[in-house]
Amino acid sequence: MQTPSANRSAFWRGFRQGLPFLLVIIPFGLLFGVAAAEAGLHITAVMGFSVLVLAGASQFTAVQLIGENAPAVLVVVTALAVNLRMAMYSASLAPHLGPAPAWKRALVAYCMIDQSYTLAAQDYDRAPDQTVAEKLAYYGGACSHVCPAWVAATWVGATVGQAIPPEFALDFAIPITFLAMLAPAMRTLAHVAAATVSVALALVLAFLPSGLGLLVAAVAAMATGAQVELWVARRRAAGNA
Amino acid sequence: MNYSTIEIWLIIAALGAGTFLLRYSFLGLIGNRPLPEWALRCLRYTPVAVLPGLVAPLVLWPQATGGAFDPARMLAAGATLAVGLATRNTLAAIVAGLVALYLGLFLFS
Repeated sequence: MQTPSANRSAFWRGFRQGLPFLLVIIPFGLLFGVAAAEAGLHITAVMGFSVLVLAGASQFTAVQLIGENAPAVLVVVTALAVNLRMAMYSASLAPHLGPAPAWKRALVAYCMIDQSYTLAAQDYDRAPDQTVAEKLAYYGGACSHVCPAWVAATWVGATVGQAIPPEFALDFAIPITFLAMLAPAMRTLAHVAAATVSVALALVLAFLPSGLGLLVAAVAAMATGAQVELWVARRRAAGNA
Repeated sequence: MNYSTIEIWLIIAALGAGTFLLRYSFLGLIGNRPLPEWALRCLRYTPVAVLPGLVAPLVLWPQATGGAFDPARMLAAGATLAVGLATRNTLAAIVAGLVALYLGLFLFS
């Protein structure tokens, strides 16, 4: 049933279920602000990243490559590669939110981060019979604090970061953040294989211009992950037969 | 860093526009059509394909030390990875990494 109160309760359900993610978003945003200021970006550019891109891992990637003076095209291509997974999220939400008006779908797209997608996918999975309005309300509730928190935390980080002396080794904020995001993602043999190929090739190709070796390593690693997944699935199927 | 202000904003604009197109792709433009199996399979591995390659040189040859191997940063990377693998908790891994980094800087300098 499509009622304002059903929509309101969906919004607050999204709001509540999104709250724990603030614990991740706020420190990440702070670290991004600090790292971007460390790389020498002006605070308006730092905020430009968080408002216009709104995608943590790719922002960190771009700032790291900017710090290495990589060619601008390689900065953009490599950072976009990190965001390719968003196309998968988009495909997964399309059956649920496809009937919504275009401007609402555009807003959903703008706010699409790992956290808002994960929450929405789980909620729509649990209760697939919700109306489109309820599904949108849930998504809006989840984004209503997580996305502004990312932007606000970036601003605090960039402002405070400029005052932190080099002895605090904040250059290492990016590697620590990425390793911390990666470790829990090592779920399957395919993930481990992809990560291993990525590391090995990035190190071997480090002599190439900044960013280029990484791009080659990433493409090879992606193919490796996909191939190992196929291989494991085939072996499992053969084992069951 | 040696980019002009215009270059920086071009990077931000291109990254912002490209990211939006990726997010809007199926929701807005392509519509409700399933992705081919092979594409889904590749997309699943993008973060674990890009990020490890980005991090590895930073751990082995940190810029802050002029590319010289640094035991404190190595220790921090090891602690982050170990706690992340053991707890599957990103925040716990970050805290462990920072603690190990400062402990290492204190011990090795």
